[in-house]
Amino acid sequence: MQNSSSEFEKNVSIALADKTLQKALSKFQDGFSVRRTQAIERLPEFDALRDRSKRIKEHTLKYLDYYLEQFERGVVASGGHVHWAVTPEDARQKILEICRGVGTTSVTKGKSMIAEEIALNPYLEKNGIEPIETDLGEYIIQLRDEPPSHIIAPAIHVLKEQVAATFRKAHSNFDPSRPLEKARALVDEAKEVLRAKFLAADVGITGANFLVAETGSAVIVTNEGNCDLTQTLPRVHIVLASLEKVVPTLEDATTLLRVLARSATGQEFSTYTTFATGPKRSSDMDGPDEFHVVLLDNGRSSILGGNFREILSCIRCGACMNHCPVYGAVGGHAYGGVYPGPLGAVLTPALDGIASASALPNASTLCGRCEEVCPMRIPLPKLLRHHREQEFSRQLGSTRSRLSLSIWAFFAKRPRLYGVVAAISTHLLYMAGGKRGHIKRLLFASSWTGGRDFPASQGRTFQSLWASGDSLISKAWPTSQRRQ
Amino acid sequence: MENGDNIQRQTILSQLQASLRRGPLESPPPRTFEPTIVPARARGEALLLVRRFVQEAEGAAATISRVASIEDVPDEVARYLIAGNLPTVLRMAPDFRLARIPWARRPTLTITTGASDGSDEVGLTGALAGVAETGTLVFHSGAESPTTLNFLPATHIVVLNTDQIVGPYEQAIALLRAAGPLPRTINFITGPSRTADIEQQLELGAHGPRRLHIVLVDDPSIGSFGEHGVVNVSRYG
Repeated sequence: MQNSSSEFEKNVSIALADKTLQKALSKFQDGFSVRRTQAIERLPEFDALRDRSKRIKEHTLKYLDYYLEQFERGVVASGGHVHWAVTPEDARQKILEICRGVGTTSVTKGKSMIAEEIALNPYLEKNGIEPIETDLGEYIIQLRDEPPSHIIAPAIHVLKEQVAATFRKAHSNFDPSRPLEKARALVDEAKEVLRAKFLAADVGITGANFLVAETGSAVIVTNEGNCDLTQTLPRVHIVLASLEKVVPTLEDATTLLRVLARSATGQEFSTYTTFATGPKRSSDMDGPDEFHVVLLDNGRSSILGGNFREILSCIRCGACMNHCPVYGAVGGHAYGGVYPGPLGAVLTPALDGIASASALPNASTLCGRCEEVCPMRIPLPKLLRHHREQEFSRQLGSTRSRLSLSIWAFFAKRPRLYGVVAAISTHLLYMAGGKRGHIKRLLFASSWTGGRDFPASQGRTFQSLWASGDSLISKAWPTSQRRQ
Repeated sequence: MENGDNIQRQTILSQLQASLRRGPLESPPPRTFEPTIVPARARGEALLLVRRFVQEAEGAAATISRVASIEDVPDEVARYLIAGNLPTVLRMAPDFRLARIPWARRPTLTITTGASDGSDEVGLTGALAGVAETGTLVFHSGAESPTTLNFLPATHIVVLNTDQIVGPYEQAIALLRAAGPLPRTINFITGPSRTADIEQQLELGAHGPRRLHIVLVDDPSIGSFGEHGVVNVSRYG
């Protein structure tokens, strides 16, 4: 997809002013976080499972080359093929080659973030092959020609009425007077349309939640069952996955599965968890004749050796964005890249380079909720800080913010001077606040005060209150507890 | 493997090893054995696990009827379909244990066997196991268990013996491991198909079945359904 994360600031203004989007966003975040909490309360072992899951991934990353080769042997032994792709272009070409090999003109697709990452759909279209998204949310946004706005709920930004309008336009062979007010009617109609496509397709493409090294299996999780129809009915099943999806054993996969659904949707277990190992056996009554796995690198093998290695433990549950105040305010599209939320703010600049996505790691108060809920305990705020440090050291970022930071650093390194300057400016801010107690417009920060008032100070700095033993301070920190 | 593929493979593996600051491994990675964390709710006596399986499966919107023996299965299947105003024409997996059920007792049920081509309203299958931990059914593809029956019909009826119920997922995996190389597909299914993609409102029956009904037979003597040669493995060990 078109990466517009360098236009993040503009996107944010558009998102905040979009009333439909704001209404859609207000509906979902609470739901996800309440259900997650309830599911975790029902499983006392959840934190132990998180620790174990983290260890499984750390171990796998340490020996990633070995486990990928073992996975490859497993796929080949069960009659499948593995294709290694260094770049998105390599992966696209390989998939096209397989599609052309069976002369197909359409492919059904299960939801795959990697397919988004390599912009597979426009490429297939350009080459005369129609990609059909089958996850309901993905199908809706495909018809609307929009990118997904959430990794597990891609159409979270679309209201029911908009879906109805989209269906009326796209499904022109249906009775124009049919009622489409209820979600039920929309689900049934999509099912009917897509069922015919499932049965007609020659190639089905799915992503993978995990790849199992010991058996060469691809594990895919859905609630709708669309990935199962995608991989069972066509003649060819292509799994598109990135390198870091591999885990050593089936039992490692089940451990991770225990934290995945609970973190994602708050379900005890997703409705369908499928282990696919090779093509149809001679005695099988159904299943694909060919089984291909396309393994995408796209920079991950380099990320493995650097500061952002921990992001490779991500299992794409979406908990970080479900709990992120920034995501909750602006939605997924503002992030511009394929991956939104805290995950995207770390991964997008790691994949594409900080220069093109430098606004993303800065759009955070580092409140830490993402790290608290991450099932893999990925230190997302720490990784965001790494990006900020990189940005500063590479002299990116605006001149003004670099200048302000340099000025602040000058004083911060000289504590006495800092105290004097802080006291003066605090007093000035107090005067400027007047009786209102807040400031409408602040020099050098007009874009900040453009949207909100700046709270005026109370006249004295914390340091001076501390030094004078002010009553507020002594109540909060009795002298006996203070470190002298 | 084609040449282009091989070059890409080498490029990726070399870069991984460069990032890991070592060459290719001479032997398998050292790994400290850590026993799988099996949640307390997946442990316990057989009767307790059966109760938990029922509770969790119902929590995931499956329905369950318990019957005392296979003699009662035809009546229960007919009752379920008629009560739901559903067609009494069924597509059944060619499983020899399902074939042993005295279907002739309910002549209103029209049963054919085989995989599904998408035209069947009701699918009837066995299962490899039921996992008590989350009320999950485990299926695998094979000569007697076509995968299409699990997904294409709008109603999926599963006949399961109580002694097929295991605690955690790993016990179902142990059954499969014992049977040799993995089958093409293993399906863990927890309740009927669903979606919440439209305004977070839960609707059942997205692409898979809208109804999942489990007929639980309390009669271990008749042998397990859908096991296909997977025998002599202790389910509780």
